[in-house]
Amino acid sequence: MKLIIFPPIPSILVSLFVFLALRHFLELRERAPRLNWLLKYLWVLALPLLLVVRITGSRWDTGVFWQIDAVYVVLMVALAGVVLIRLRALQPARTLLVALAPFALYALAKVPDVFLDNLMVFSFGNPADIYWLFSIAWLVGGTLVAYKQQTLLQQQRLEHELEARIKARNQELEQLVEERTASLVRQAGELRETLEELRVTQNQLVQSEKMASLGELTAGIAHEIQNPLNFVTNFADVSTELLGELREEQQRGQEADPELEAELLTDLEQNLTKITHHGHRAASIVRGMLEHSRASTGERLPTDLNQLADEYLRLAYHGLRAKNKSFNATLDTDLAPDLPLVEAVGPDVGRVLLNLFTNAFYAVQQRREQQPGPDYTPTVRVRTRLLPGGSVQISVRDNGTGIPEAVRQKIFQPFFTTKPTGQGTGLGLSLSYDIITKGHNGTLSFVTEEGQGTEFIIELPLSARNSPAPTPGGPAVNPAPQTERSSG
Amino acid sequence: MNILVVDDELDVRALFEQRFRREIRGGQLRFAFAHSGEEALDYLHEHASEVVLILSDINMPGMSGLELLGHIRQEYAAPPPPAPPQVMMLTAYGDDDSRRQALELGASDFLTKPVDFVALKQKLLQLAAHDDAPPL
Repeated sequence: MKLIIFPPIPSILVSLFVFLALRHFLELRERAPRLNWLLKYLWVLALPLLLVVRITGSRWDTGVFWQIDAVYVVLMVALAGVVLIRLRALQPARTLLVALAPFALYALAKVPDVFLDNLMVFSFGNPADIYWLFSIAWLVGGTLVAYKQQTLLQQQRLEHELEARIKARNQELEQLVEERTASLVRQAGELRETLEELRVTQNQLVQSEKMASLGELTAGIAHEIQNPLNFVTNFADVSTELLGELREEQQRGQEADPELEAELLTDLEQNLTKITHHGHRAASIVRGMLEHSRASTGERLPTDLNQLADEYLRLAYHGLRAKNKSFNATLDTDLAPDLPLVEAVGPDVGRVLLNLFTNAFYAVQQRREQQPGPDYTPTVRVRTRLLPGGSVQISVRDNGTGIPEAVRQKIFQPFFTTKPTGQGTGLGLSLSYDIITKGHNGTLSFVTEEGQGTEFIIELPLSARNSPAPTPGGPAVNPAPQTERSSG
Repeated sequence: MNILVVDDELDVRALFEQRFRREIRGGQLRFAFAHSGEEALDYLHEHASEVVLILSDINMPGMSGLELLGHIRQEYAAPPPPAPPQVMMLTAYGDDDSRRQALELGASDFLTKPVDFVALKQKLLQLAAHDDAPPL
């Protein structure tokens, strides 16, 4: 019996499967497409061989078949060698090459034996057979190692791919971020422009609010100037009369009454003082009006808040009186005589006071309309006090309608107004709040009860230097914090 | 003739006293002054039948001149009468509405500021002559 080197199936069939595995294992389709193509059609090469076997009538176990088979194995091993050398850059391919080498040597060495018909039964005593076993084991072991290496390689490749994909994704993201950043920068620019426009508009509004309140004042101012001017003309007139009388008296010579003369002189002197006084009074009103309309210089000067409060109370009252002639209110002034001068921007604080007074008169007027009759006396009171902490308090209280719960949160918001359209800009209290808090580091709060009245309380530090530091980064539009208590 | 002048401006006193110095010295006119409607009413209560004429500003803090006029008309409406004083209104706001209201309330005259003292003097002296004349 001949040595069975291969199982009794043609090596050609084995090789077909081996090469199929090899093609996939080494990914020949990508790495060597032409070689892959060649190996794919290897069976075509097997056909004539099988045909020869058929024609010669050889059986599987005949000598011819063995000879052909041996040659074929050598060819296949050589082909595998070529493929592996071709792919030597790949580590698993090199490993396979090393694994294949002993078997290749054996296959080559066996060819002459086959042709000499020198076949022998497999025996452990035969060194060639031991070598065959060794070469097969070597091949299998090498294949396993190569398989492991290939797995590792694939894993690495996958990682690389993943990394590459992450990198690509990162690039994509970076680009996206860049685009977003660019659009944000553009938007920020647009917003800045809009903000600038808003600022300009706000300044215009502030100016028109000033002008609007000046309009409200005009009638009051006219009345307030008319009164002192009347006194000036009247006292001047009467002084002329007195002088005439004095001259008459002097011309009487001996009969002159020195007592009368003295009295006339005293009166004249008194009149001149009064003329000066009322002239100053008119001038101060005009000055106040000019200061009110002029853009504020923002300069803080020692200011007599008592005088300011008194002046603007009268202006506001007469302003309203001029519009509504049947309106009347009791003005109650409680001004601390020892009030020190306060470093303040006079026209600005004046504007705040004017606004508070106008609101107070509006509130009592509203209540008067709801409650005609003698048991309601519209009263607006202004009171100044020096607080122990070194600040000055001005309180403006009315016994008007009070502020309804629902709108208390909003009264310091710009453009909020409860007055009918056209009667209020809604900027008065908002500007007042800014002037007191931002402009003077003071506070503006209020106490109100519906149907009973409202009291606005301004507190100003005596000087800018010892004032509490303003809150850093305060919002541009006032947040309108406020204290709310109910007054008894 | 006793005249009560009601005005919140304090210097009105000095002005009237000088403008009518001759008449005051001559005893034809006697002036009293009140600085508010309330003060005027108090004065009237104390000097019930003496005051013949009231010259009142309209526009005053607290009780306005028109309110004062209303009070006076109310108080003197019930008999037995001391003859009610005449009330002349003096105001810086010479609008028709105020004039109509004042006249409706029984004001005997309505004068606008600035006061024409020559005309006022004439009116007062005329009234004084009437007043001092013996009753028929």
